[in-house]
Amino acid sequence: MQYFRPTSLADALAIKADHDVTILAGGTDVYPVRTARRAWGDPAHRPVLDITAIPGLRGITEEPGGWRFGALTTWSDLAAAGLPPLFDGYRRAAREVGGLQVQNLGTLAGNLVTASPAGDGIPNLMALDAVVEVAGKGGTRTLPVQAFSTGYRSTALAADEIVTALIVPKLHGARSTFLKLGARKYLVISIAMVAAIVVTNEAGTITAVRIAVGACSAVAQRLTALEAALLGQPLGQAAGLVTAGHLADLAPIDDVRASAAYRLAAAESLVRDALTDLAATAARRAA
Amino acid sequence: MLDRPVLPTVTLTVNGTDRMVAADPFASLADTLREGLGLTGTKIGCDAGDCGACTVLMDGAQVCACLVATAQAEGRAITTIEAEDPLVDRLRAAFLAAGAAQCGICTPGMIMAAADLLAHKAAPTRREIEDGIGGVLCRCTGYIKIVEAIEAVARGANAFAPVAEAGAAVGARIARADGLPKVQGTDRFGADFAPEGALWMRAVRSPHARARFTLGDLSAVKAAHPGLEAILTAADIPGANSFGIFPTIKDQPVLAPGLVRYRGEAILALVGTREAVEGLADAALPITWEVEPALIGVDAALAEGVTPLHANIPDNVLTRGYLETGDIAEGHRLGTATAEGRFRTGFVEHAYIEPEAGYAVRTKAISSEAGTGSREEIAWDDSSDRIEVTACTQAAVMDQEEVARVVGVSMAQVRIIPTACGGGFGGKLDVSIQPLIAVAAWLTRKPVRIVYSRTESMASTTKRHPSQIQARMSADAAGRFTAYEMTGDFNTGAYASWGPTVANRVPVHATGPYKVPHVRNATRAVHTNEVPAGAFRGFGVPQAALAGETLIDDLAERLGIDRWAIRRINAIDHGDRTPTGQILYASAGLPQCLDSVKADYDRLMAGAAAHNAMGGRTARGVGVACMWYGCGNTSMSNPSKMRITLARDGRLTFLNGAVDIGQGSSTVLLQIAADALGLPTAAFDFIVGDTDRTPDAGKTSASRQTFVSGNAAKLAGRDLRAKILALANAGPSARLALDGHRLTVEDGEASRVIDLSVLASEADIVLAGEGEYDPPTTALDAKGQGIPYATYGFAAQVAEVEVDRLLGTVKVTRILAAHDVGRAINPTLTEGQIHGGIAQGLGLALMEEYLPGRTENLHDYLIPTAGDMPEITIHLIEDTEPEGPFGAKGVGEPALVATAPAILGAIRHAVGVRMTEVPVLPHRLWAAMQGREAAE
Ligand SMILES: Cc1cc2nc3c(=O)[nH]c(=O)nc-3n(C[C@H](O)[C@H](O)[C@H](O)COP(=O)(O)OP(=O)(O)OC[C@H]3O[C@@H](n4cnc5c(N)ncnc54)[C@H](O)[C@@H]3O)c2cc1C
Ligand code: FES
Ligand code: FES
Repeated sequence: MQYFRPTSLADALAIKADHDVTILAGGTDVYPVRTARRAWGDPAHRPVLDITAIPGLRGITEEPGGWRFGALTTWSDLAAAGLPPLFDGYRRAAREVGGLQVQNLGTLAGNLVTASPAGDGIPNLMALDAVVEVAGKGGTRTLPVQAFSTGYRSTALAADEIVTALIVPKLHGARSTFLKLGARKYLVISIAMVAAIVVTNEAGTITAVRIAVGACSAVAQRLTALEAALLGQPLGQAAGLVTAGHLADLAPIDDVRASAAYRLAAAESLVRDALTDLAATAARRAA
Repeated sequence: MLDRPVLPTVTLTVNGTDRMVAADPFASLADTLREGLGLTGTKIGCDAGDCGACTVLMDGAQVCACLVATAQAEGRAITTIEAEDPLVDRLRAAFLAAGAAQCGICTPGMIMAAADLLAHKAAPTRREIEDGIGGVLCRCTGYIKIVEAIEAVARGANAFAPVAEAGAAVGARIARADGLPKVQGTDRFGADFAPEGALWMRAVRSPHARARFTLGDLSAVKAAHPGLEAILTAADIPGANSFGIFPTIKDQPVLAPGLVRYRGEAILALVGTREAVEGLADAALPITWEVEPALIGVDAALAEGVTPLHANIPDNVLTRGYLETGDIAEGHRLGTATAEGRFRTGFVEHAYIEPEAGYAVRTKAISSEAGTGSREEIAWDDSSDRIEVTACTQAAVMDQEEVARVVGVSMAQVRIIPTACGGGFGGKLDVSIQPLIAVAAWLTRKPVRIVYSRTESMASTTKRHPSQIQARMSADAAGRFTAYEMTGDFNTGAYASWGPTVANRVPVHATGPYKVPHVRNATRAVHTNEVPAGAFRGFGVPQAALAGETLIDDLAERLGIDRWAIRRINAIDHGDRTPTGQILYASAGLPQCLDSVKADYDRLMAGAAAHNAMGGRTARGVGVACMWYGCGNTSMSNPSKMRITLARDGRLTFLNGAVDIGQGSSTVLLQIAADALGLPTAAFDFIVGDTDRTPDAGKTSASRQTFVSGNAAKLAGRDLRAKILALANAGPSARLALDGHRLTVEDGEASRVIDLSVLASEADIVLAGEGEYDPPTTALDAKGQGIPYATYGFAAQVAEVEVDRLLGTVKVTRILAAHDVGRAINPTLTEGQIHGGIAQGLGLALMEEYLPGRTENLHDYLIPTAGDMPEITIHLIEDTEPEGPFGAKGVGEPALVATAPAILGAIRHAVGVRMTEVPVLPHRLWAAMQGREAAE
C-alpha cells in the first residue's frame, strides 16, 4: 500500500489528482474504520495521503473577513484558543469530542469531511455560518458549510480536492452555546445536540440568531423557522417560544443509541436549554 | 501481492532515545512500539481510539497510539510507560499503594494520561482529574482508587502501602504481590510476547448467524500466498473437534464443520506470517454460504416447529433448574399484598480491556539437555510430544483438559502457562484461542500466536445471559414475605458454555437473601442462534435480583412500609433457613449490612424529599437493594490444592494454581499462607497457575478463590509450619524467622536454628507443606433442596440518583455499599472489588447492551467512564465465617449484584416509573415517563 506524505500543498494536490487516495489527518476516523473492516476480514486499504506534513494548514488566525481555522487545527487547538464568545459553543464541543487523546489528534476539517450525522462540529459550523475553503487542481474555491455537507457521510468535495480551511465570518456581540446529549460522560457519540448563537441589543432583544441541531437528521440542520420566530423577541423569553413545529423538518432515526421520537423530544428540550443558557449568560454579563 | 513487503525505516524518539525501526508508515504507532521496538508496555485494547489503553504522550500531550500513523510520529517526542521520569515514578508508586491497578491492563494508559494531566496542572480538582483520564477505560476498579492515587500524587503525599510483619498479614492493606510490573508496564499479558519467529494465526469467522458452508480449493489459495503455512479447517483437528465446560456437553466446535450457529463462529484458521494472515481478505477465500433462517431470541427458539440448533435438543431447551419449598399457593393466600412483573435483560459483554491473546508451542517430551540422541532421532518418535499454551485465562486446568481433547493427547502432554490476565469477569473461563493455537502449533510444529481484535473478542466469546423473568411475590400485613415464585428463560446462545450453571444458580438465589417460606422457582436455558452466553460475574443472579428487588419495592408501596424497613424485617439472619432448606448457622451479616447504611439512607431520603420539593429540572431518588451469593460451585465438589516449598538455599515458594485475573487472589492467598506459616509475605516467591508446577486450585470463578483456595493456602501454611515445629521440637506458638538458609524457630526462651542447607533430602526442596480443601456441600434434590454452598456473601446497597425529568438521563450520585465479607483479608483489594462491581452494576443498569453486529466494539458498546462513577461509601461487615480462612468468604461477584436493582429503585423513587428492562437508556426512561404522564 502506498503512503504519501507530501510537504507542500501543491504536491498533495498533485497526488490527490492522480491517485484514489484516503486523506489522513488526525486519523481518528480513518483508523477506526480500518480496524472495523479488518475485524471482518477486509484488510484492503486505499493508498494514504497524509497531509500532516504540509506546513501552514494548522492554526487559527483572525483575518479581516473572519476567523480562519486551518484544516489541520485540532479540537485541542480550538479549546485552548483565545476566541470571542461567538465560539464558546464550538469550543465546548471541542472539549466533548471523545476524550483528550482524540481531541489532541482529531481535526476540525476531518470531522466535517467524515460527515457523520453525529459529528459534533457540524451543527456548530452551521450556526457559525462557516465557509469551507477547498483546494483542487483547478484552484481554490469556497462554499458554505450547508452546501458542503450533502448527506449521510457525503460531501461536495470533488475527487481532486482537499479542504484547506474553515472560515467563520465575524459576528459582533454574539454569544454561543453547545449542548450535547449522550448516554455516558466521556467518549460518547451524541444522541442529539444543539448549537446556538445569538446577538441581542441593549434591551435584550434578539437581533440575530442561528440554531442548528445535529444527530436528528442525515445532515445537521438549521432551525430556520425558529430563528425567524425568535428574531425581535426578548432573549429572556426565547425558550418559551420554542414549539415542536419548529423542529418539524428534522428526520431522526431509531438506532441503538435512541429512538426517533426521543431524539425529537430531546432536541426540543436541548434547544430550550440552549436558549435558557444564553439568556442566563446575558443576564450574568449584564449584572 | 507480496506477502512480505520491504518496509521503510523510520527513526522514532521514544523516551528520549532515537530508535530506528522498520515499519509500514501507515502501521499505527502502537503497533510499531510493540512489534517493532518491543515496547509492550503500551497496550492495545481496541485499536480504534475507544479504550485509551494505548495512551502515550506525543510532544507531551496524550494521544491514542493506535490512531497515530508511524510516519506521523517521526520527529515527535514519544513518551511511554517505560519512561524514566520522576512524575511517572510517583504515579507508579501511588497506583501501587492505592490499589489503583487491578488487572493492570489499563494501568500504563492511565498513568500516561495522569502524567499529561499533572504536568500541565499541578493541583487539579477531582473534576479535572476525571477530565484528564476520561479517555481511558478501566473495567476493574470503577476508577475510584485511580482518582485517589492521582490526587495523592498531586498533594505530594508519600505513597506507601504497609509491609506486613510475620503473622500480621491478614487484614493488612499490603500492596498487590504482583503489582509492581503492572505499574511499570512490564507485566506480560497474552499479546506481549511470543517466541522469536512465531507464526501468526487469524480465524475466519462467519458473518451469518446460521448458515451452511462449503469450502473450495484451499490448496490453490495457499499456493498463491507463500506466506501462508496452513489453512486449517474442521477436518484438520487431530483430536475431537469439540469443547465445552461440562464433561457431558462438549458441543462447541473449534472450527465449524460446515454449519455455523452464530455470527462470529470460527470456520477457518489462517496460519502464516503476519502479513499473510492479515493481508488475505475473507472475500478471497473459496467459501460458499447457504444462509438459513436464524433463531434470534428465546421466543423464536421456543416457537413450535422450528429446526433446533442441536439435533439432540429438539426443543432448544438445554437445561432446566427448579426449586420448590412449602406450598406456593398457600404462600400467596397468606399474603395481604401480592406483586408481580415481567422483566427483561439483554446480552452484556465482559469488556475486559485485554482481548484474548497468547501463543502455543509444540515441544519435545525429552528435554534437549538430556542428550539422548541426535535431533532427528528425537523427532522420529513424536507420540510423546507436548503442547504448551501460554495465554490469558481464568482456568488453567480446564484449558489443559480442553487442549488435550482437541489435540488428541493426554493431559500430561499439555502444559498451560497463564499470562497476566487483563480482566476476566467470567469471560475467560471458557477456552477461546487455546484450542485454535494448540492445534495449529501441533500440526505445523512451529510456535503459533494469535491476538484477537476487539470486535472478534466481542463477537465470538461469551456474554451474560439475556433473561426474561416472570415473578410473583406476596407479603402479609406486617411486611413479612410469604411467597416468591418465578420462571426465568435465559438465552444461552448457540452453545452450552455455562448455561447449566446459570439455570441452577438462579433458582437457589432468586428469592434474594430473605426469609421466604413458600417458594417455587423454575428456569430454562434456551439455545438460540446468538453468541454463546456463559459465565459473567454473578451467573444469572444479577438478572434475577432485578426482578425480586423490584417486587419488594412493589410490596413496600402497597403495604405502606419503608423500603429499607421491609428488607430489614425479612433479612435472613443467623439460624434462618434458606429456600434450599439450609440453615445458616454463622456468617449471615445482612442485618448488620442494612443497619450500617440506615442513618445515611434516612439522610439521603430526607435530602431527596427536600430537593424534589423545589420542583426543579431534576428529580432525586433513593433506592435500596440486597443480595446474597453462594461462594463456590453449586452442589459440586470444587477442590483446591496449594503447596508451599522451602528449598535448601532458603527459597520459600508459594505454588498457587489460582489464576489472578486482577481481583487479587495472588495477594490474598499469600497473606493467608504467610500468616498460617508464620513468616512475612515478603519472604515468599510465588509461581501462579503453571499446570506443570502448581497443583490444581480450580478455576477463578464463583467467588471461590478467597474461600476455597484460601482454605487450601491456610492448610498448606499450617502443614509446613507443623513440619518445621516438629523438626525444632517447638510448641505451637513458636516464632519463625528466615534468613537465607537459616531458619530460626523461637519458642519462648528456647531458640533453635535449622540449617536448611544440610537437611537430608534428595531434592532441592527440603520441606514442603500442602493443603487441600473442598467446601462441604450436598447435592440438591429434584426440588432443589440441600446444601448448595458452604457459605454466602451478603450485601445491602443504597443508590442515590438524579434524573433529568425532560431528557430521561440518569446520574448516579452516590452508592452506599455494605458488604459482609466474613473477614477482609486485604481491605484495599476488597474495596477495589466492590468499586469495580458497582461500576459494572451501573453499566448493567444504565448503558450496557450487546447487540450482535451492532455494538460489537467499545465505541458503540458503552461501559462507564471515570465521569460516570458515583461517590461510593463502603461499609465492610465482618461476620466471621468459621469455615473460612481467618473468617473470610468471597466478594468478587457479590459486589455487582445489588447495584442495578438499587439504581432502578432510586429511579422509581425519583420519577415514579417502574423500569422492568435494562439498560435504562435515556430514551427508554423517557418513553416510560411519557407513558406514565399519559396514564395520569
Ligand atoms: C474514541 C473516539 C471518539 C470520538 N468521539 C467523537 C465525538 O464525540 N464527536 C465527534 O464529532 N466525533 C468523534 N470522533 C470522531 C473524530 O474524532 C472526529 O470526527 C475528528 O475530528 C476527525 O478528524 P481527524 O483529523 O482525526 O480525521 P481523519 O481520521 O484523519 O480523517 C477523517 C476523514 O476526513 C478526511 N479528511 C481529513 N482531513 C481532510 C482534509 N483536510 N481535506 C479533505 N478530507 C479530509 C479523511 O480522508 C477521512 O475521510 C471520535 C473518534 C474516536 C476515535
Ligand atoms: S487501543 Fe488505542 S484506544 Fe484502545
Ligand atoms: S485495572 Fe483497569 S482494566 Fe483492569
